[in-house]
Amino acid sequence: MQDKLFAITKGLKDVSTHYCPGCHHGIIHRLVAEVLEELAVLDNTILIEPVGCSVLAHNYFDVDTIQAAHGRAPAVATAVKRIHTDSVVFTYQGDGDLAAIGCAEIVHAAMRGEKFTTIFVNNVIYGMTGGQMAPTTLENQVTATSPFGRKNNEAGKPMRVSEMLATLDGPKYIARVAVNTPGNVNKAKAAIKEAFIRQIRGDGFTFVEVLSTCPTNWGMSPIKANKFVEESMMPYFPLGLYKDGEGNKA
Amino acid sequence: MNEKILMKGNEAIGEAAVLAGCHYYFGYPITPQSELPEYMAKKLPAVGGVFVQAESEIAAINMLYGAAAAGVRAMTSSSSPGFSLKQEGISYIAAAELPCLLVNVQRGGPGLGTIQPGQADYFQATKGGGHGDYRLLVLAPNSVQEIFDLTIEGFDLADRYRIPVLILADGALGQMMEAVSLTVKSAVPVEKPWAITGRRGRVQANVVNTLSFDKDTAEQTNRDLQKKYAEISQNEARSEALLTDDAELVLVAYGITARIAKSAMERARESGYKVGLLRPVTLWPFPSAELLRVARTANAFLVCELSAGQMVEDVELAIRCQKPVHFYGRTGGNIPSTEELYQQIVKVLNKEGK
Repeated sequence: MQDKLFAITKGLKDVSTHYCPGCHHGIIHRLVAEVLEELAVLDNTILIEPVGCSVLAHNYFDVDTIQAAHGRAPAVATAVKRIHTDSVVFTYQGDGDLAAIGCAEIVHAAMRGEKFTTIFVNNVIYGMTGGQMAPTTLENQVTATSPFGRKNNEAGKPMRVSEMLATLDGPKYIARVAVNTPGNVNKAKAAIKEAFIRQIRGDGFTFVEVLSTCPTNWGMSPIKANKFVEESMMPYFPLGLYKDGEGNKA
Repeated sequence: MNEKILMKGNEAIGEAAVLAGCHYYFGYPITPQSELPEYMAKKLPAVGGVFVQAESEIAAINMLYGAAAAGVRAMTSSSSPGFSLKQEGISYIAAAELPCLLVNVQRGGPGLGTIQPGQADYFQATKGGGHGDYRLLVLAPNSVQEIFDLTIEGFDLADRYRIPVLILADGALGQMMEAVSLTVKSAVPVEKPWAITGRRGRVQANVVNTLSFDKDTAEQTNRDLQKKYAEISQNEARSEALLTDDAELVLVAYGITARIAKSAMERARESGYKVGLLRPVTLWPFPSAELLRVARTANAFLVCELSAGQMVEDVELAIRCQKPVHFYGRTGGNIPSTEELYQQIVKVLNKEGK
């Protein structure tokens, strides 16, 4: 009998996704679902999904799900986790949702040390609305609303969310990872797992930023998009561990 | 329990909510309702509940959206400028058919307006407020006792119809103290099989979702909502009629203004004028049938509000413009005196040839 080397995780429904070819949402969905399955918490997990390309994540994740208004997932998750304290609660948010319209909600949930996990998918652009500039859009990057490239003197320099949240005491784990190579996929999965383990332990707020692609709105092939992550995004958004704090004692 | 205790309106809302089994409060400070979050911050830990002071009204209403989706009784409160900020979230809560209690202790507007009482959020409360075709069930108490009773009943109505229920009070009701009997007449809690709890053995995952890309699905959602609103209109319109049977002039007022209108009506009766009062207790659904009934015998109506006349059109529609509808209102945080309303009554009766 041959050993089964790979199987689709029970955390995802057996359906095709609406994501574009070369988009990293599919990989990130799988990693999160695999981690939840390995931790044996699928039956008690609650997803708060955002507005953006992953607004239909409930079609893929086989867990109880609440769709939040744009940017408000951390506020929704705050209440849900305070009520179902024994559930595993996570928000899954893009950079337009989290870093722009939902900036206050993520900062204050992090500050309060709410005991849920946020998976932050940063592809330096608004994907679903057609490729507009986000707070994370790189300097001189051309988007639908920065047709001459993002300019520092008008739009400021790109926001580094992991570094910003790491200045707070509430978060107990913050990591930035990528899924552009098999090696990085493994590291990303380990970070996501660590974040959920610490949530289950009740440490405090945990946050994993995943650098991601948007080949469609970047106007690149999937292979070129993966290179863009490595060559253009990583120098400004370095991978690594930004917070490795002890759990709340109280 | 027959014993009565002296309470502020804002505190009575909090006490009633806790007794109704609401152990989750999410809010943000704003005058003149801050006694309510302060009360909940003290009370909820003692019953194993949760009080969260949110970073904004927007966060607070979205916490409430999460709590209501999670299947518990929960609430938020604010006053006019803050309540405007909640409108986005209220539209989502209505669309997702999540039961919860909202409280707006109104102050004068627009803008920052004033911290004194107002009733100028009537349009916002009864005509939508946020985007899309939705309704709130709007309760308008006129005493601290009625604040207490309607808060408890509000949770029952919210659960029964899966609708956000709004207690529309004002700064005067919120701040004033009256004797309250803390008798609880609450219905049994309803099952919420749709709630987001984690599957916990359930085969199918539950989803709370307000988006459909398919036009027909989105339209069906609207049809279902309208069907529910029609049922509520049929069943839940409520009002109090005082001395309307022989009244030539009927005052129409709600909330704190109805208290003053009642005194003015009594003063007018003493002077021999046939004046009555029709007080809407629900602002949506509006007690149109009752007004139409009263219009068969009354010669004219006088609407009194702490606004520039937002309720007038609902009265005119209710009586199908069969009788003249006059208006007297104050804004900017001013409250008319009994004498002031009495003078208006005399003026209107003279104009109507009585």
